[in-house]
Amino acid sequence: MTNMAEDLKATHVTDAASSPSGAPSAEDRRRTDRKRSPREQKKRTANMVIYGVLVVLVVALMVPFIWMLSSSLKENNQVLTVPIQWIPQEFVWSNYTDIWTRIPMMGYLQNSLYLAVIITCLQVLTGSLAAYGFSKVRFPGRDVLFLAYIGTIAVPWQAYMVPQYIMMQNLGLTNSFNALILLQAFGAFGVFLMRQYYMTIPDELCEAARIDGLSEYGIWARVILPLSKPALASLALLTFVNTWNDYMGPFIYLTSNRLWTVQLGLRSFVGQFDAEYAMIMTGSVISVIPILIIFLIGQRYFIQGIATSGMKG
Amino acid sequence: MTTETIPQAPAPVQSRGNRKQARRNTLIGWTFILPNFLGFLAFTLIPVVAAFALSFMEWSSFSAPKWIGLANFERMFASDSFWIALRNTVVYALGHVPLTMALALLLAMLLNRKLKGIGFFRVAIFFPYITSLVAVAVVWNMLFSPDSGPINQFLGAIGIANPPGWTSSSDWAMPAVIITSVWRDMGYYMVLYLAGLQAIPTELYEAAEVDGASAWQRFWNVTIPSLRPTTFFVVVMLTVSSFKVFDLIVVMTNGGPGRSTTVLSQLIYQEGIGEGKFGYSSAISLVLFIIVLTVTVLQFKIQQRRER
Repeated sequence: MTNMAEDLKATHVTDAASSPSGAPSAEDRRRTDRKRSPREQKKRTANMVIYGVLVVLVVALMVPFIWMLSSSLKENNQVLTVPIQWIPQEFVWSNYTDIWTRIPMMGYLQNSLYLAVIITCLQVLTGSLAAYGFSKVRFPGRDVLFLAYIGTIAVPWQAYMVPQYIMMQNLGLTNSFNALILLQAFGAFGVFLMRQYYMTIPDELCEAARIDGLSEYGIWARVILPLSKPALASLALLTFVNTWNDYMGPFIYLTSNRLWTVQLGLRSFVGQFDAEYAMIMTGSVISVIPILIIFLIGQRYFIQGIATSGMKG
Repeated sequence: MTTETIPQAPAPVQSRGNRKQARRNTLIGWTFILPNFLGFLAFTLIPVVAAFALSFMEWSSFSAPKWIGLANFERMFASDSFWIALRNTVVYALGHVPLTMALALLLAMLLNRKLKGIGFFRVAIFFPYITSLVAVAVVWNMLFSPDSGPINQFLGAIGIANPPGWTSSSDWAMPAVIITSVWRDMGYYMVLYLAGLQAIPTELYEAAEVDGASAWQRFWNVTIPSLRPTTFFVVVMLTVSSFKVFDLIVVMTNGGPGRSTTVLSQLIYQEGIGEGKFGYSSAISLVLFIIVLTVTVLQFKIQQRRER
């Protein structure tokens, strides 16, 4: 399971640095260039074809993003034109300055950021603690309890959102961030992901630390946490992005405008001014940019995290 | 998801010390689990159990809960909206699951090679999956716009005289939603397939080649059987997520036009949180849960039989 993740990681590294183990070194290639056998030539053409296919494919799949960006720099009446203008005739940069006054975009961004940061911190902390309990401490009832965790991952959230809502209503927490924090910070998924990773850390390490006199909490903090940085990063990034993008939760729990997240704000903007195509696209671009930045920084961890949690342990 | 127990250091011989050690371990184990468990218990486990109980009760925001047996279910099975929502959910799943799976596998096979810059292509294809749903839905809504949207302009350009009305037509709204969701999800499943493909030993392909198998035969007789565990997992995840579909529909079509794209989870929301019929909406949730569970167990059984 982890081997697959490692492998994915390895290929990414070789892509970036083109290390000797992956592609042949430049010298090798030059040598083969001189006396290219028909077979190698065939392989080269095949590679060119694959590159061609990939480029066409990726451009096609990116059309929605290209269109979003180009429309965000147009006047409203230029967005849905026949024929399509891929590049705006005139770049309307003012969309990006006007949007802050048209809707309280800054407030929305702050709310989203606040929720995402708090929920991510709590999830990573409680998730990694619980995962240590589930993987490195042995006590009766542990595996049954873990099954209960796994079991609820399989229950669709929609099936119990109503009792959750009643509960929050009785606690007087509807229309507040606390409801969302309580609901999302203790997810079973984080425990599962971290446990999967901790299972791959040899128990001998913990054993050795125990003999050296470290307490279990010491082992967690000084041995396991430093070793599980990639998994922590995966969980943090996935949680952050999920919270940032969440629509259902805020939609159900946050009713007053001042609490709205970017997603709710954008949706309501679309509902109110459905003909302001350009401005809507500007808002969309702004809502996507933080995710793009985080993704570009941590894409390796995203893909590893999915490969790890995706495969059954 | 196995819960294999970890081999531990040999237990001390003395049984009293052993028991003491066990009690100590239990205490330590629980202190690790507790912070997460409290939240999990209160906001996931209890609501899950409560949802079951509620579906046999009559309870609205104005009245006290009352046990009414199967009356909620009788009402549900007699209700038009329930069957429409169920049908729409099934149609969505039937479109979303096979299409996403096929395209994800195709992309994974295309991207499972050592080429310079392949990482860029993988990342680009994965990106839609983590883009915010609202932005995705809003953009695709405009792309699908019937008169001058880019998609219908393209269809017109390749000679389709009467392009569909997409989200404004009750026949084409569901296909539009499916296309959007396939586009969004396939990058995620591609990553899963990529991990699966990389776990296939190359010796298998070499042996098949020595035996004179064509590329197509290698695909059918080596790749597909080796990917079975991945495929099983992908199918289960995709089916579960299809039956849970909600936000994409709410933002793209809000169930319309008419009721042509209303799905089960939307119905649960409308009845339960919108109108405060807690008991009735829980009955619908129970049906949703049973469907998801049945599909999962069924696929598990099929997978087990194949492995034997």
